[in-house]
Amino acid sequence: MGATAVTATPKSEPAATDADIVLRGVTKRFGDLTAVDALDLSIPRGSFFALLGPSGCGKTTTLRMIGGFEDPTEGTVLLGGQDVTDLPPFKRDVNTVFQSYALFPHLDVQRNVAFGLERRKLSKHAVRERVAQVLELTQLTGMEKRKPNQLSGGQQQRVALARALVNRPRALLLDEPLGALDLRLRRQLQIELKRIQTDVGLTFVHVTHDQEEAMTLADEIAVMSEGRIEQRGSATDLYETPRTQFVANFLGLSNLIDARLTGRDPRYATYETHDGATVRAPSELARDGAVRLGVRPEKLEILTEQPEGMNVLRGRVEVAAFLGVSLQYVVRTPGGEELTVIEQNRAGANGGTVGPGRDVLLAWRPEHPFVVDKETEHAG
Amino acid sequence: MGLRRRRRLTPYLLLVPGLAWLVVFYLLPSLNQLYVSLQEGNFETGYTFQWAWSTYSDAISTYDEQFLRSLRYAATATVLAFVISFPLAYFVAFKAGRFRNLLLLLIIVPFFTSYLMRTVAWQTILSDNAFVADRLRDVGLLDEDGRLLATTTAVIAGITYNFLPFMALPLYVALEKIDRRLIEAATDLYASRWQAFRRVTLPLALPGIFAGTLLTFIPAVGDFVNAQILGTSRQYMIGNVIQSKFLVVTDYPAAAALSFLLMAALLLCVFVYARVLGARNLQEAAL
Ligand SMILES: Nc1ncnc2c1ncn2[C@@H]1O[C@H](COP(=O)(O)OP(=O)(O)O)[C@@H](O)[C@H]1O
Ligand SMILES: [Mg+2]
Repeated sequence: MGATAVTATPKSEPAATDADIVLRGVTKRFGDLTAVDALDLSIPRGSFFALLGPSGCGKTTTLRMIGGFEDPTEGTVLLGGQDVTDLPPFKRDVNTVFQSYALFPHLDVQRNVAFGLERRKLSKHAVRERVAQVLELTQLTGMEKRKPNQLSGGQQQRVALARALVNRPRALLLDEPLGALDLRLRRQLQIELKRIQTDVGLTFVHVTHDQEEAMTLADEIAVMSEGRIEQRGSATDLYETPRTQFVANFLGLSNLIDARLTGRDPRYATYETHDGATVRAPSELARDGAVRLGVRPEKLEILTEQPEGMNVLRGRVEVAAFLGVSLQYVVRTPGGEELTVIEQNRAGANGGTVGPGRDVLLAWRPEHPFVVDKETEHAG
Repeated sequence: MGLRRRRRLTPYLLLVPGLAWLVVFYLLPSLNQLYVSLQEGNFETGYTFQWAWSTYSDAISTYDEQFLRSLRYAATATVLAFVISFPLAYFVAFKAGRFRNLLLLLIIVPFFTSYLMRTVAWQTILSDNAFVADRLRDVGLLDEDGRLLATTTAVIAGITYNFLPFMALPLYVALEKIDRRLIEAATDLYASRWQAFRRVTLPLALPGIFAGTLLTFIPAVGDFVNAQILGTSRQYMIGNVIQSKFLVVTDYPAAAALSFLLMAALLLCVFVYARVLGARNLQEAAL
């Protein structure tokens, strides 16, 4: 199978925790604007790593500093342990899949993909063989003689990927590689991208502002905001226990309730919400001071009778919407917060929604909430 | 039905003004000149149509020197203009930042003065006892009786100077159009800056190089102003011969025949050039 032959051959067998790419205190300023702010980041070898954040948070700039297209104002960039901060792009063992693809319009697919290998003076035979392999891997066989403007958006994207992959670099840097494609194609190519990364085992650094894309693809995600990393972890970590309000709001929907720590035992900490209710949350998340207690909409249940051992808030249904796969409610608490509840549509036609105006109990299990510091509203 | 027909006809309708212009101001005068070139006689007694092809062979044998000189001067000037313009256009397109428009304006500024005036100004600048010649004599770069004016160098320099914008502007347009990210992509793919230039920038600039060289070479071959003002009869080009045949000697058939020969020579040059450099690369670059 051609696919396995593209696998990078590591010089010495590295420990699993080896970092391929390390940024130390990297800052980039454009005039007065700090695009990347004292960033520390290490990306493990062979991982599919996503940099996730809203537009303008500095993702592209970070990637460009790894690729060598921008000089950091401060800090160092290491690739495989070597300081490459002052090396030009062509001396760095990484390849980029550009946001706009940047395919050479005057060269056909074959020559585009062969470009990197030709610069490295491989024999004609070796070039042809490796290009054929990678074209097979990216399902482009038969397109060799086409010019970029004779390809669809999805095919262009694949050529850009093939052109980088064929060099078997230390790492592949992908800047919103699927951003220009429509949703269906994007989903399809996400799966393909994941398959290719698993096949070749290269480190992928994938920049995106699409949280779903990051969660689908990445082993590990770093959430960026305003030039800093807010939190990094697996998709599950970030979704179930976001540590900042920004992360809680950027990944999925969150209900956030102002609260204050009142006590803790080994398992649960107790909080008093600002409208006087008492709720519990896992003890290891306990924080002092002004905090917000968060709970995801699908963890909430709408009940009419007091349950045992659950966190409970009272409220009144404001909006009830039938979405087919689920039912969505907005419930207003006495403290004024509007909490969103998403309920699976299990009951079908016999169920129906709890109509607006009904007084209900909102319940959730005490191990479900997360705790974030209360921030002044600037993000999310 | 009517709509489809109109759609089919529209492209041809758009051609009508241009075609009409060409017919009235190019095709008809050309046919007239062809007719004139085959006449015999002289200004006093009048000309009669004779199928006088000998005018053509006479023109070639008498003025082959001027023909070849024209091609040589024009080719030299085109190469010089390219060598000067390419770095200039490259700088303006890639490095000039906010001064870009100012620099472009400066390239065009000479056009605000008439062609003749500019060339006459050079005559003054290069004349024997003017500042430039004197200083060059001071430092020994010019002999005591050496001249700047009335030399081959002066004529070629004049042509280069006068046609420079025709080279620089198409080059600029072609370079400016190149997406910088392509050059970044090339360096990402292990191309040094020179290789990126050689493999990406240059091929993508080819349409501009093609247009610039033709726009410079074609009018330069037929030019007579520079040779007349900055040179002597030893620098005369075919344009000078044609001009004198028409306006001084009033040998209309010879003048017309020379014009046709010039046109034929140019067509041949352009055709060969397009085949050698153009066709394949142009196609590659245009896609
Ligand atoms: N070359 C540049 N000059 C000035 N400002 C820039 C430049 N590149 C990026 N920026 C600014 O830096 C910030 C981060 O940009 P970028 O890294 O492209 O964000 P992202 O990729 O996350 O959308 C933005 O505010 C952007 O306007
Ligand atoms: Mg970006």
